[in-house]
Amino acid sequence: MSSRERILGRVQRALADVPPDDTPYDQAIERAYLGEHGNRSVEETVDLLAENLADYRAIVHRTDADELPCLIMRLLAERGPRSVLVPPGLPPEWMSAADATRVHDRAVSTPHELDTVESVVTGCALAIAETGTIVLDGSPDQGRRRITLVPDHHICVVRVPDQVVSSVPQALRRLAPNRPLTWISGPSATSDIELDRVEGVHGPRTLEVVLVSGE
Amino acid sequence: MSGTFVGMPAFPKAAHEAVHNSTLRGNLRHATHTIRAKRANAVAEVSDWAALREAGKQIKDHTLRHLDRYLVQLEESVTAAGGTVHWAADAEEANRIVTRLVKETGESEVVKVKSMATQEIGLNEALEEEGIRAYETDLAELIVQLGKDRPSHILVPAIHRNRGEIRDIFAREMSEWGRPAPDGLTDTPAELAEAARLHLREKFLRAKVGVSGANFMVAETGTMVVVESEGNGRMCLTLPETLISVVGIEKTVPTWQDLEVFLQTLPRSSTAERMNPYTSMWTGTTNSETADGPQTFHLVLLDNGRTDTLADEVGRQALRCIRCSACLNVCPVYERAGGHAYGSVYPGPIGAILSPQLRGTDSEIDSSLPYASSLCGACYEVCPVAIDIPEVLVHLRERVVEGGQVTREGNKVVLKPAKGHVAERAAMRAARWAFARPGVLRTGQRLASRTRRLHPRSLPGPGKAWSDSRALPALPSEPFRDWWQRTRGGSGKDGGK
Amino acid sequence: MRVALFLTCVNDTLYPDTGRAVVKLLTRLGVEVDFPMAQTCCGQAHYNTGYRHEAEPLARHFSDVFGEYEAIVTPSGSCGAMVRELYPRMGERARAEGRGNTLAATLAPVIPKTYELTEFLVDVLGVTDVGAYYPHHVTYHPTCHGLRGLGLADRPRRLLQAVKGLELAELPGADECCGFGGTFALKNSDVSAAMGADKVRNAESTGAEVLCAADNSCLMHIGGTMARLSTGMRPVHIAEILASTEEEPAR
Repeated sequence: MSSRERILGRVQRALADVPPDDTPYDQAIERAYLGEHGNRSVEETVDLLAENLADYRAIVHRTDADELPCLIMRLLAERGPRSVLVPPGLPPEWMSAADATRVHDRAVSTPHELDTVESVVTGCALAIAETGTIVLDGSPDQGRRRITLVPDHHICVVRVPDQVVSSVPQALRRLAPNRPLTWISGPSATSDIELDRVEGVHGPRTLEVVLVSGE
Repeated sequence: MSGTFVGMPAFPKAAHEAVHNSTLRGNLRHATHTIRAKRANAVAEVSDWAALREAGKQIKDHTLRHLDRYLVQLEESVTAAGGTVHWAADAEEANRIVTRLVKETGESEVVKVKSMATQEIGLNEALEEEGIRAYETDLAELIVQLGKDRPSHILVPAIHRNRGEIRDIFAREMSEWGRPAPDGLTDTPAELAEAARLHLREKFLRAKVGVSGANFMVAETGTMVVVESEGNGRMCLTLPETLISVVGIEKTVPTWQDLEVFLQTLPRSSTAERMNPYTSMWTGTTNSETADGPQTFHLVLLDNGRTDTLADEVGRQALRCIRCSACLNVCPVYERAGGHAYGSVYPGPIGAILSPQLRGTDSEIDSSLPYASSLCGACYEVCPVAIDIPEVLVHLRERVVEGGQVTREGNKVVLKPAKGHVAERAAMRAARWAFARPGVLRTGQRLASRTRRLHPRSLPGPGKAWSDSRALPALPSEPFRDWWQRTRGGSGKDGGK
Repeated sequence: MRVALFLTCVNDTLYPDTGRAVVKLLTRLGVEVDFPMAQTCCGQAHYNTGYRHEAEPLARHFSDVFGEYEAIVTPSGSCGAMVRELYPRMGERARAEGRGNTLAATLAPVIPKTYELTEFLVDVLGVTDVGAYYPHHVTYHPTCHGLRGLGLADRPRRLLQAVKGLELAELPGADECCGFGGTFALKNSDVSAAMGADKVRNAESTGAEVLCAADNSCLMHIGGTMARLSTGMRPVHIAEILASTEEEPAR
């Protein structure tokens, strides 16, 4: 007997008490919880996103489409990276004012090569206001998961209000499970020393989120 | 479970050391009290907590009641998405599968995401025996590994260490494993985190094989979810070419939508955050064109006592656990006894009901764990999936003292009552006999009252455990019932019948 | 209104003053109190130590003794929780063991009409000011089974706050268990004693002279610890405070 059969057989015997007409999935779970917490206008939702991002030590900037290239240029210039990673589908105008050398991620790029790049600029799939979370799904303006992980500085552009949802349930409804997803809430952190939160471990230690309106 | 804990003494004996270790008591008190208040605030922020908790319980219960169906569905989904599914009935089989898979890559080292399942099966030790080095990359796991220590908490395995101790371990041990700690390392948490970043980076960048667990597996989509904070998880899940995830079968949830419950309750319960810094979700492998993440993905589904636990109608609720560790953080016993006293990678209240079910109650430690609680109920109150831990503790006490039918490795066996409870059992029977006869109780009370001046101020034998630290109450000159009868003329129903 | 006093075996044997206080208090509030002499023990110690089957005859006996009363009042959160929370579970378990519905049916009548004392005062009698006088500095420890089992919430504190002359001090870490836990106090005496010592230190830090609770089992443990640590504080059951009046003050 294979272990598969053995385990499935054990499970079936263990569940001898469960009747064949047990309550089906769609009736077994009472989803009495809220779809979102509180009633907010669109503007208030964006404000809440900014507030919660900042609460977990992301640096939040707000701008419009016209000013975006200059803002990105300035944010990069402040940190003075020699090179900046850009995913293949990043709107070219976002980087039109930036000076740093653009590095393009290729399937063959090794982690060591990525480690020589200081910054990365991406878009996102959506952002969740209630939790201060941005979600990346590997679309062309976001690239492979590793490019937002190895460099120490991540600039993430969120189109507001289109890409902003209020809550976790709303986010899951808009995301595609078959894509590789990364949910990011602030820069990397740890609570492993005396259960007290410290920012900055393995992921980017600086996360800058640009909320751009009027695209 | 892990060989590290074989031969552990019973809980009270192990706890004796911890209770009198003032550094450990201080470390645990500080850490648990810090997180307690934060968790309460994080939970108070969401007005629908009770509904989320109930939904989480119902999702898990429903899944467990149909686990065979969901496991098969999960297998199909993962396979369709390009992953390979393996089934491991016990720790030994899981270790054998992982060892073989690592060897097939030709590599001799792996990087690991913190995972309770691989701790439980003792994977690192099994790999070591086969010449494969496993690097723990979670900060607390790193502290434990470098310190040749044992984990003492589910979320923060090095909770028993304070910053000064961590600094000393890093300064002393890092060079043995790779990049040494920076000169002049101080004990500020930020510097310690930086030291870990530098030490582990080279290992992440060169790693070809990653090993992980998972917090959730979605049956309908085949999606795996890992919730973490530091980014070490993302490193292990995306940089290597091969990813091997060892996951307990009870981590399955039916649908994608179900995540909306747990992604709200888990972070708030564990690290007291609205959301943890990083959550990774992946479904099989990506196509070679995008090549995002490992191109080979193996999922090892682990039983190792879970189906035996499932067979117990009262005890199976322990399988709802999402490993948040909120129950540890509020537990007054855990706070004073520390995690090591539980003799398992699962310490605290959840460990006290999980270990004796996964491993059975044969050993000294496992048969003592159901008693490692004052049944205060704080654990149940904070549990985000409403596991009634006191109920299961009492149920397991019954199993220890009365024996009875249980399932071990899929077979029904009848346990004998445990040794060492003979005197207690006799006393309980005698008390029950007396309590069923009010006249006998009354005679005993009167005898005790009349001889009260002769009673000692401290007790011998088992009573010494009481009187060593607590004075005995003085006996009254007459029990209440005598006063009542004397003053009310026995107006109530007569008890002497 | 006529109620049965379920005093509990511990109070009957060791703390008759608490029983006398409950009688005095309820009588003062116009309640007719009966003490069924056939009462013994609810079976909690048996049940919680793993001897559920030994506890069953005691539960049946409890139901026999108290079944006919309108209400059953007990000055113990944990024994109250035993009847209200665990008797239903005993019935369910018997059913699951294939022993039918008999036990559940036998126990059903007493379950909803068993009240812990402060619950009875606030919810059934609808009083918070019971006309008590107790000119002392008091801190209140909510016992676990009362707090989390029965959900007594702020009822005991509301009653204490209405007592004339009583100065109520907040107990730091009030929600934490005192470490008694029945046989836990013996089986894990080191941890139990450490919890007790922490509870006593917290109580001492309030400067109160009295630590009050609604359960004498916990008070026996806390009081025993206080005596060993020579704190000078004393444990007092809430019934004795509420029974105390200007005419007849408690010690």
